[in-house]
Amino acid sequence: MIHSSPVPDLLDVKGLETRFFTRDGEVHAVDGVSFRLAAGETLGIVGESGCGKSVTALSLMRLIPYPPGKITAGTVMFDGQDVLKMDDDEVRAIRGNNMAMIFQDPMTSLNPVLTISRQITEALELHLKMNRTDARKRCLELLEMVGIPSAKVRMDDYPHQFSGGMRQRVMIAMALSCNPKLILADEPTTALDVTIQAQILELLKKLAKEFGTAFILITHDLGVVAGMTQRIHVMYAGRIVEKADTGELFANPKMPYTWGLLRSIPRLDESRRAKLRPIEGLPPDLINLPVGCCFAARCQYKRDVCTEKEPELKVVPKAKPDHEARCWGTQEGGWLVDVDYRTDTTVMAAVGAAS
Amino acid sequence: MTGVGQRSLWRDAASRLAANRAAMAGLVVVALFAFVAIAAPILAPYDPAAGDTRNHELDPFWGDPAYRSAAFPLGTDQLGRDVLSRLIWSARVSLLIGFVPVSIIVTIGVAVGLVAGYYGRWADLLLMRAVDVIYAFPELLFVIVIVTAARGTWIGELGSGIVLIFVSIATVSWVGMARLVRGQVLALRGLEFIDAARAMGASDRRILVRHVLPNVLAPVIVAVAFGVPGAMLTESALSFLGIGIKPPTPSWGVMINEGFTLAIQSPWPVLMPAVCISVVMLAFTFLGDGLREALDPRA
Repeated sequence: MIHSSPVPDLLDVKGLETRFFTRDGEVHAVDGVSFRLAAGETLGIVGESGCGKSVTALSLMRLIPYPPGKITAGTVMFDGQDVLKMDDDEVRAIRGNNMAMIFQDPMTSLNPVLTISRQITEALELHLKMNRTDARKRCLELLEMVGIPSAKVRMDDYPHQFSGGMRQRVMIAMALSCNPKLILADEPTTALDVTIQAQILELLKKLAKEFGTAFILITHDLGVVAGMTQRIHVMYAGRIVEKADTGELFANPKMPYTWGLLRSIPRLDESRRAKLRPIEGLPPDLINLPVGCCFAARCQYKRDVCTEKEPELKVVPKAKPDHEARCWGTQEGGWLVDVDYRTDTTVMAAVGAAS
Repeated sequence: MTGVGQRSLWRDAASRLAANRAAMAGLVVVALFAFVAIAAPILAPYDPAAGDTRNHELDPFWGDPAYRSAAFPLGTDQLGRDVLSRLIWSARVSLLIGFVPVSIIVTIGVAVGLVAGYYGRWADLLLMRAVDVIYAFPELLFVIVIVTAARGTWIGELGSGIVLIFVSIATVSWVGMARLVRGQVLALRGLEFIDAARAMGASDRRILVRHVLPNVLAPVIVAVAFGVPGAMLTESALSFLGIGIKPPTPSWGVMINEGFTLAIQSPWPVLMPAVCISVVMLAFTFLGDGLREALDPRA
């Protein structure tokens, strides 16, 4: 397993805290997030809208708009340096060069008045100090690599002449242009239709493997990360609530929120009459976070302790050794240690009674 | 989007413009006007300032046969100066007045608009309050105030007062451009490609110049197409009021000013510069409208 090997970490995030100072109060968008990533490793960050996934990614590159946003605590060690302590020039030298980002909507993340080639060569000229000719040559290579047909002709076209899927390929080419060590992909396929989604994800996975690039895939869709990443971190209300290897997370999830997420995706191996069970309620207000576990208000298994004290992210019993969860119930001595969410009847009964 | 292949936004706009007949007619007139202005020393048959009172108030070639001369096809004014030569040289003044202040306006207005819109906060506050102050005065009145105040100083003497007109028009009119550009930048700033450029490691300056500026160019071009005739008209108005270009340097406004007292007996020296002004204004308006339609992506 890569992450437990003695290879030094590429990325080591500790206690990251990002807040937005708004008129209504302080929004705790990211609250004490810690994780590590080895070189070449792939990680999925999953959670519903507004749980702090994107803000985490933007914080890693110091792209949080200030004001109103600010990284208030933590360290982001990237390749042995703390990104949060760098000056502006040092951060710019990393962005696009060692750490690149793929944005959600390929329709708006390309500049409409610049040709594709100019946008891709920009990073090459900026970071690798290539001249025009070399940069164009490399641009052509990149476009061919991401599967743009007749790239030689198309490289001087404008973004509006490309379809959504093709534009996202261009974005991937841009991200890969300087051979970054880490790519942050923020919902890269959300704006695309399902058939194209699969192609783009396959491409990203294949190229990252070829280049030995580590990537963090951010998504609200557990189905998307399933075949893509080695590890998955589940986020809720600005914090990580579960960390596990991908296979382990799907086979043996240890946090009722993750159970809820898994129950809400349709499964091929279930009978046709089985109903999808959405998680009731809404995530908590990030300005006034509740005392105790932040998921308690929506949790069917909660007990008094859940609303009194917040559980820590801890290694859980009856799971792989590096599987951690933030839940009183599944931690050592908890009441959910032996519960299998698939066969558990508590929720079924609750759903049955409601309908 | 129906176009496939080698078509850019600008080329699309150019082909849309070419298909617009009024705009093309406007373009032809503007080109002709620019040619006349540049080639004035070659085209003008006489010195525009030198008159011969023996030939004063001659009619143009379609006028009374007793009072016309083949040597002066468009007649002469009350001082016997050739109207055609004066019209031709006036085009030169108008061209300068049209383009010099507008270049200053574009330079200052775009710079201020970009900085205010992009950086926001105190830069925006400071710059836009300055803009508001200038914007609060009626434009022509403000120009008149500046011109009359500075007319007696050395700057009022430069180039027969033309430099002062440049300065006063530029001082008053850059604010409109600044507002236009700032509004555009504010709309652009929230778009993802600006974030993407930053994530690419581009500096603020680079983002402004390479990513924001090209996106605000279309409305700026349209504003220029309307700003040029606006400045010309302001010059004509000032010269007509006697506080613009100093005679004997000819300008269409000066010609109207000098001729209008005698307009009943000899209307042509007044009518012809008026027609020139109208035709050039109309040409720029057609061209501006055409550009606006051509550059509007929704069209």
